[in-house]
Amino acid sequence: MAEDLLLRASGLVAGYAAPVAGPLSFALHRGEILGLAGPNGAGKSTLLKALWGGVKVFDGRLEKAPDLQISHQAQGFDDLRGVPLTGRELLALTGAKPDGLPSWLAERLDRRLDRLSGGQLQFLRLWACLTAPADLILLDEPTNNLDRAGVAYLVDWLGHAHAGQGIVIVSHDHGLIDEVCTRVVEIGA
Amino acid sequence: MSFDLLFDPLFRVPFFTGLLLAGLLPLIGMYLRLRNEWLAALAFAQMASAGALLAMVLDWPMVIGGVLAALLAALLKGLAARAGANAYALMMLLAWAGGVLLVANHPLAEQAGHALFDGQLYFTGEGHLAAAALVCVVVLPLLAWLSRPLLLGRFFPAFYRARGRSERPRLMLFDLLAGLAVALATVSLGVMAAFALVFVPPLIAYRFGNSWRTGLAWSAAIGMVGYSCAFAASLGFDQPFGPVCVLLMVMLFVVSSVKYDRM
Repeated sequence: MAEDLLLRASGLVAGYAAPVAGPLSFALHRGEILGLAGPNGAGKSTLLKALWGGVKVFDGRLEKAPDLQISHQAQGFDDLRGVPLTGRELLALTGAKPDGLPSWLAERLDRRLDRLSGGQLQFLRLWACLTAPADLILLDEPTNNLDRAGVAYLVDWLGHAHAGQGIVIVSHDHGLIDEVCTRVVEIGA
Repeated sequence: MSFDLLFDPLFRVPFFTGLLLAGLLPLIGMYLRLRNEWLAALAFAQMASAGALLAMVLDWPMVIGGVLAALLAALLKGLAARAGANAYALMMLLAWAGGVLLVANHPLAEQAGHALFDGQLYFTGEGHLAAAALVCVVVLPLLAWLSRPLLLGRFFPAFYRARGRSERPRLMLFDLLAGLAVALATVSLGVMAAFALVFVPPLIAYRFGNSWRTGLAWSAAIGMVGYSCAFAASLGFDQPFGPVCVLLMVMLFVVSSVKYDRM
């Protein structure tokens, strides 16, 4: 594999008990942000999970750079009510750093997660994946549940150069895909 | 009512045995609650109780029988992870049926069965104290090491798999440690007192902890203070330890709930 090549998918078909998504082909290099776009039900999230081994691959090939470290932000979140964990402790779990967090969240880092708003919690969870030590970041509908300030900060963060990493984004938000992705792969229904 | 016995050297060994376990069990309970697996503690305790009775009938040390049965339960729990609470319920039913049949058919088991049910803390000896100290020395550092993987398992379930690693061995190790601690507590404190110490302090600490660390500290402190009060009350009022401990833990939860809601 070329030195800066992180991932190459060739005719990837993935699913659970049976194939539900694909085929998908692309190559991702360091510094690239790839968008997976397509209508609801096209299997974007399933294909994203296939990239880290979260679902079964039925056909095709997936080549990864040696010792590839993947950080995956999944849709949805467990009910956190009642768990006494602070934002700072949550970030420490994935090895993420609080440096660079927006001020409206940085000042609330020592609060319990269940004392944060839904938007703040979603952004914190996203940040824990974005800034965890990883070569490849997989984001599944990252703007879901984010408020306007969170979306703006995310777009700004993604817009800065991340030369050492590759990012794959699944989103129904065409505005986000168009604004931050260096390349887009359309997935048919 | 006499509290003179509290200062009797005869009760020092049982007191410190229970105190060590009362500090450890709530910490185990914090992680079981995190994983929504607190019912597993009752399954471990019931299995340990049945194992201790079987060991006694076979003329083995009860502690060994209890620990082996609880470790078996922990292994089964790990292997049947997808069954979740169903597996714990089945283990409890199995252990209850086995225990009652042993008690019904063996005169010595009947006496021991009552002791396990009532909580026979005052009959624990130096062997129990040494075992409790050893379990604390082994479990506490391992629990500190397992803390991050256990928290990751709840908040970022795909973290290890996305990095090509399996979280399974760490989860299995936690199950074994939980089984070991609960088993020793069951044969020392009794089935329900052990379960109360796993279940109630975390229930309160989850409300009052400002962070995971303070939650752990609250939990251990509640366990040890609650246990010490129960020990004194059961001696002072000449009552079996197990139900006094359970009642006191439940009262602590009720009182803390009232205060919390009025804040």
